[in-house]
Amino acid sequence: MNKTDALIIGAGPTGLFTAHQLNLIGLSCEVVDNLDKVGGQCIELYPDKPIYDIPAVPECTGEELTKNLINQLKPFDIKFHLGERVEEVKKDDINWIVKTNNGKIFSTPNVIIAGGVGSFEPRKFPVKECEKFENKSIFYSVKDKKIFEGKTVAIFGGGDSALDWAVELSKKSKVNLIHRRDEFRGAQATVSTMHTLVKEGKINLFTKYQMTSVKGNGQLESIDIKNDDDETKNIKADYALGFFGLIMQLGPIANWGLNLDKKTIEVDTEKFETNQKGIYAVGDICTYPGKLKLILSGFHEGALAARACFKLARPNEKYRFEFTTTSTSLLKRLGKKE
Amino acid sequence: MAKITYITSDAQVHEIEVQNGLTVMEGAVQNDIPGIDADCGGGMACATCHVYVQDDWFNKIPEKEDGEEDMLDMAFEPKKNSRLSCQLIVSDELDGLVVNIPKKQA
Repeated sequence: MNKTDALIIGAGPTGLFTAHQLNLIGLSCEVVDNLDKVGGQCIELYPDKPIYDIPAVPECTGEELTKNLINQLKPFDIKFHLGERVEEVKKDDINWIVKTNNGKIFSTPNVIIAGGVGSFEPRKFPVKECEKFENKSIFYSVKDKKIFEGKTVAIFGGGDSALDWAVELSKKSKVNLIHRRDEFRGAQATVSTMHTLVKEGKINLFTKYQMTSVKGNGQLESIDIKNDDDETKNIKADYALGFFGLIMQLGPIANWGLNLDKKTIEVDTEKFETNQKGIYAVGDICTYPGKLKLILSGFHEGALAARACFKLARPNEKYRFEFTTTSTSLLKRLGKKE
Repeated sequence: MAKITYITSDAQVHEIEVQNGLTVMEGAVQNDIPGIDADCGGGMACATCHVYVQDDWFNKIPEKEDGEEDMLDMAFEPKKNSRLSCQLIVSDELDGLVVNIPKKQA
């Protein structure tokens, strides 16, 4: 059991700065994120897109912003639990008991949800029957490429993942690559390699086609694909791989007894506390009158939620507001003073 | 102002007067029309505000800019007349636009 003053769910910009604020005022915290890396939407959705509305930062990309936030956390000792999804939040006598899908358990008086729009999950095939084959012969990521050796694999998608795997698996498998249009959005070099392999007969390419149904008895056997002109083809397939990027799902958060408004969590604007004492929501996932889904709003919300955590984590102490420019204790925590 | 008609996958018709300058996505979200999620808030980063634009309108509206087609690769059941509604800015010219909302966004 991990004990901490505050547990942050979500390692996006808001979660990271909230961790900074907690440590600055002398509270410990740990951070859990479903992705295998820090940065949240900034890293997953727009690492290369410039952002122009961070105060005092005229221009920076999602990746640069994340790097700077990680840098800002250097003085502190913060434990990150990446690639883990929080499944359950329950109260014991005093504390919140938080469990992840990998069985990690935390005990904390404060839970701060900085979850963006929920956790990132792979987008799946629209064809419902695919569920029956999922994790047996239909996959949305590759864990063990050996299973495809000597088999016929249908790969769907037009981005880097689809192209990289089509090129890689074509060495030892029969690969059919299916995409909804002629253009591919993956790296130009990989697109060229793929086209060369198509010419050499090592990859069969079907563009302007999409999946319409899957067939098989326990194990996948074939897939129907249809093009824009409603022509259907049946292709043999032992396995199918879908690479349609990630989608954000609210997921288990919906089951924690919090007041929700669509996919967002209702909070007050003093502590950014939810209807449950000791559970806060900050950043894109929270809502209140006038809420703006801006990174700068998340920073403000995290700073206030961190102060609210102090009361529950240190019930016998009084929180005193201080500036980093002048406070000896803050400068000590920042490693700027002995 | 323009009248935008949103038709959900279960054939419910919502006729909404949307202010010029807002996007077709915002018109839907602000009026609680079901089926348009808009997870990323209009950043063309998530493909969850996907709509089908009725054929007679598809060629009349401004064309897709870079990136929109890439995002549509990830949309649920994209078709020839697919668009991201966050990229359709409402103006007088769009008065009467009809869009169909897909069964799901993901």
